[in-house]
This record gives sequence, structure tokens and C-alpha cells, in this order.
Amino acid sequence: MAEVTYLEAIRQALSEEMERDADVFCLGEDIGAYGGAFKATEGLRERFGPDRMIDTPVSEAGFVGAAAGAAHMGMRPVVEMQFIDFISCAYDMLTNYVATARYRAFLPCPMVVRGPAGGYVRGGPFHSQNPEAAFLHTPGLKVVYPATASDAKGLLKSAIRDDDCVLFFEHKYLYRRIKETLPDGDHVVPIGRARLAREGRDLSIVTYAATVWKALEAAEALEREDGLSVEVLDLRSLAPLDDEAIVATVKKTNRVLIVHEDTLTGGIAGEITARISEQAFEWLDAPVRRVAAHDVPLPYAPALEDFVLPQTSDIVRAARWVAEY
Amino acid sequence: MAATSAITPSSPALGQLTREQLLELYYYMRLTRSLEERLVALYRQTKVVGGLFRSLGQEACAVGGAYALRREDMLAPLIRNLGSMLVKGATPGEVLRQYMARGDSPTRGRELNIHFGDVVDRNFIGQISHLGDMVPVMAGVTLAFKLRREQRVGLVYVGDGATSTGAFHEGINFAAVQRCPLVVIVENNGYAYSTPTHRQCAAERLVDKAAGYGVAGATADGNDVLEVYRVVHDAVERARAGGGVSLVELMTYRRKGHAEHDNQSYVPPGEIERWAATNDPLDRYVAALTGTYGVDAAALEALDASVRDAIDRATDEVEAAPMPEPGDALRGVYAEPPSAPVLWYRAGHARAVDDNERARGWGTVDG
Repeated sequence: MAEVTYLEAIRQALSEEMERDADVFCLGEDIGAYGGAFKATEGLRERFGPDRMIDTPVSEAGFVGAAAGAAHMGMRPVVEMQFIDFISCAYDMLTNYVATARYRAFLPCPMVVRGPAGGYVRGGPFHSQNPEAAFLHTPGLKVVYPATASDAKGLLKSAIRDDDCVLFFEHKYLYRRIKETLPDGDHVVPIGRARLAREGRDLSIVTYAATVWKALEAAEALEREDGLSVEVLDLRSLAPLDDEAIVATVKKTNRVLIVHEDTLTGGIAGEITARISEQAFEWLDAPVRRVAAHDVPLPYAPALEDFVLPQTSDIVRAARWVAEY
Repeated sequence: MAATSAITPSSPALGQLTREQLLELYYYMRLTRSLEERLVALYRQTKVVGGLFRSLGQEACAVGGAYALRREDMLAPLIRNLGSMLVKGATPGEVLRQYMARGDSPTRGRELNIHFGDVVDRNFIGQISHLGDMVPVMAGVTLAFKLRREQRVGLVYVGDGATSTGAFHEGINFAAVQRCPLVVIVENNGYAYSTPTHRQCAAERLVDKAAGYGVAGATADGNDVLEVYRVVHDAVERARAGGGVSLVELMTYRRKGHAEHDNQSYVPPGEIERWAATNDPLDRYVAALTGTYGVDAAALEALDASVRDAIDRATDEVEAAPMPEPGDALRGVYAEPPSAPVLWYRAGHARAVDDNERARGWGTVDG
């Protein structure tokens, strides 16, 4: 089997699920003839026709709401946000309408909202955000954020088959940088399960998405330079969180560093810290530390973006502090 | 081709109404008014848990509009469209249970007033409080009809206030370009809470927006139930025939406040009284039935008696109905069983089921 990119893995998942289930269809801006801003849907319109690859007006609230209505009628829409930053335009629809539909009205919303997120690509303030934490506070939504091509494919297939609304974050920095050989057959990764990206004994780094790769770089540097054995836990699913895997790694290494690309204040690291405190406090040998973006809108210039976003050197420095505590 | 075409009045629709159908329209308007009057009594007895919303003077918009739908068509009402839900088969008992927050209400006590639906058997869908949001949702519902080649139509009601929202615009625009079989009714009752329509929108008539979306537009006297039926029926059948979206503006008047607590201090003196005295949709319809259509008063009185009886029986039943079990508040946020095992979710859910107690938070260790 040939290696495929993270982006190609997403395209494969869409294609296979549309092939498998006639109720699956896609809608979003420029996803049809153009194949999407990042070409995630390239070729799908030719294969499945314009009724199943619907180019929409520029109206996130409109087509997210329409996806919900179609989902109520038994279809399985997959919505593309051209950039995940634009999901804020549909925040009302997702949080007030979609997230509550099953609870208040017994109306299922089996839909996926997917789109490119994240920075490290010099995209500036409106094309680089990580708004996942804004949705973690809303019961009724699920949020996944894969770091590998294999997980991108497997989680997207799970998300499409899920009977609830799943927000599927894709990291645009990884689209073409990550390549791997995918498992054969119907490759499905369950939502709600973390992945042990690297085993270790001395310290755990809990992270997800692009910073998984920076954490792995940091782990190698720490082993090489400090002789530390660092474990890296890739969360993959943010809602629901895999408490079991988080607590297991804490009990194993007794020291935790949480890393994410989103800004620090109100970010998911705070929630994870609280859960560790509640469920595994007595196993901790050091305070839980966080490495995250500075609390500013994401700037454009390389020198500024590099300074604001977490870098491998930041992770190494914080990990040493936790290890030495 | 012109961007906007008028909905051609096709009077055969009206001519096809039988005497039974004419009386049925009366029945639903009377049921709407009497049920709301009963709710007012229960509200004053503090038996209604939340606010109470009336459609006094607007019953013709709700009843006449929904009556133009076939059984398989989907309706999305708004707070002043109780009558449309009754036409679709909602029962007085369901409405009373909702307002009185009973455990056996259609939403098991989770939602309020007439925020409920039944998309499986009776084809109406529950609204949410965010104005305009049901327009995109119904765009999607009717998109599904179109994709599946089903000969079904969707009807969504909004008020004059909702036409200012982005969701209204995005929803109707999406449905328009997709040529979804959707009818959007703008029920212009003069006020959005306390804001008069001329402070809501600078356009002379809200139906003028139809041209901007490239959809058919029509307007009707919203206090004439037969006129409402005729205009909406034309729009519905136009949609069913593949003619796409219609925007129908119904001109009416809100004689009560936004909700019962609203004293309407913002309304010019005499305005409400004038509408009540000269333009009440029930009074007008009674006059038409007994005059033009030769219905005798005894037939209407018999219907009034059956309405009173139905409401009395429903009230007795609902007063005896149980309140929800507290632990039910934790069920049903996600599909059950969840498609993937979810520890934090299961923990809280198991506690709710086993102990019937309020969980103290997901993921907490509370023994």
C-alpha cells in the first residue's frame, strides 16, 4: 500500500462513506467543482454528482441549520467549513439548535462539521484558530481532532456513522506534511479513545493535533539530552475525553505536562488539569504544567506567530521543570 | 424570466372546500382561542410554570396556513402558531402538559410552552426560541425531500422580528438557490415584543424581500382564514410542483403582549380595541359562515361545546399527571447507547439511573 497524506486520508474517508451509505452527502463553500479550498473533496463531485456535493452560498448558519434539518429527516450530512475559524458564524445553530435537539425534542442530528484548523502556516488571525474549547462547554456536541493520517480517516468514518453531531477538526499544518500507510479494509477509529503515541516512564505529555508532533520531537530531545523517558498521549477525542487513558498515564509516570496550540486561558488543558486533580491527585509528584499559545489573537508575521504558538523548545523547557520538581 | 413572480390566485382551492372543511377551520380556530383562555386561567392559578404566549387575533394565520398542508408535509410553527399545531394533530393535553412541565409532556418536562413536535407521525417540528433559526432547519428538511424525490413540502412560520436575523436571510437564500419546496410565512403582527415593524425594517412591505431572494412573494389579509388558506395553498402546491420557495406575508395584529406579563404600554391608545372590535378573525369567520355559506348558529354552538368538553377533560387529566423524575434530566443528551463507550458520560448517566440523584458534575469523584 502506498503512503497517503492526512488530506488524502480525509478524502478517502468521505469517498468510502458516501459509497457505503447513500444518505451521506456533503455541503459547503466551493467543495464541488473546485474541490474545496484545500482540495479535500477533489474528484468527489465527479463521482457522486452535484446533489451529493452541494456548493452552498457563503452562509455558515444557513448550511449548518440545513444540515440539521436534513439530518432530522434521516440523512447524514457532512458540512465543510472552509476554515474552521468560520464556525463561529454558525455558533448559534450548533450550540442552541443542534446540540439541544436530541435532548429537548428527541431529534437526532447525525451530522459532521469538519474543517481546517490551526496555525504554524502564517495564516493570520482568521485562518489559524483553534476554537475547540468554545464547543467543549456545550453538552450534545462531540469534538475530535486527529494528529495522524490513520486517525484522520478512521475518526472521520466514525464521525459520519455517529448518531450525534461531531465537530471534526483537521489540522491544516498536517494536511500534506504527514504521510503514512493506512490499514487495509474498513478502517474505523472509535470516538472517545486516546492513543499512546510514545511510551515512557518519567513524564507524560498529554496533547492532541499538531502539537503531538512537537511533543514527540521534544520527547526525543529529552531522552537524548537528559536521559528522560517521556510518554506522549494523543487525545484524539476532546469531547468525550478519555479520562481512563489520562489517569492511566498519570499513575504510570506521576508527572504531567499538557500541551495545546489553543490559547492558555479557558483552554482544554485547564479542564484536564482539574480532572487529574480530582481523579489522580495522590499519584502526582509534581504540579501539572501547561504549555499553550499566549493569550493573544494569532499574529501573521513568522517571528510573531513563532513566538505566540507553542514550539518544541517550549515543551522541552516545561518538561524539564516538571521532571526536576 | 422575472426574478419574482406573484403567486397566481387560483380560486378553485377555495371552491373545493367542503362544508365539513369549512367547519373544521372554525373548530381549530375556536379550539386555539379556548385552549389559550384555559391556559390564562391556569397561569393565574400559578399552575403554568413559565411564561404564557397568546395568539389572540392571529388564529386565522396559524389555522388557515397549516390547513393548506397535506398530512405528509412538514410544519415548523412559531410561538403564536398553536393553531397550526392543532391542525397537525397536537392535542390540548400535550399543550397543557408542556405548559405545566409534566413528566409525560411531549418533551418530558425539558422544554416549555408549545416548543414540541412530532416528525415521525404527525409531521411538525418543534421550534426553538432563537428567532429565524427554523428557516435554515426547514431549508434542510425540504432539501432532504428534494434529494429523495419525495413530493412533500415544508412550511415555516416566522414573525416580523425574525426577518431581521441572519438565520432568516441565510435560510431562505439557501432554500432559494436549491429550489427547495419551502413556504416561508412572515406573520406580520405589528410588533416584535415592543418594537413596531417600522422600527424593525425600513422596507414598506416585508414581502418585498421576496424579490431580493428571487422567490415568489404574496401577501394576504391574515385575519381572513379563507384568504390565508387560499394564498398559502397556492404557495404549497407551487412548491410541490417544483416551483421552489415562496415568501408569504400575512397582515395581522397582536392583541396581547409578547407574553402574559407584558402590559403593552408601548401600544398607542385605542389600537388594540379597534382591532378587537372590527377585525377579529373568529368574528369575521362566523359572519362569513352564517352569512355567505349558510351555516346555522346551532352547528357552531355544537362545535363550541365539543371544544369546551375536550379542554375540560384534558385539564383534569393533566392536573393529575406526574412531574418529571429529577434524574431524567441527565438522560438523552447523546444517542443511547453511545456509539463509543464514554467513561465520563456513562458515569454520570449510571448515577442518574441508579440513584436518581443530581450528578455533581462529569468526571468528579464523588463516591
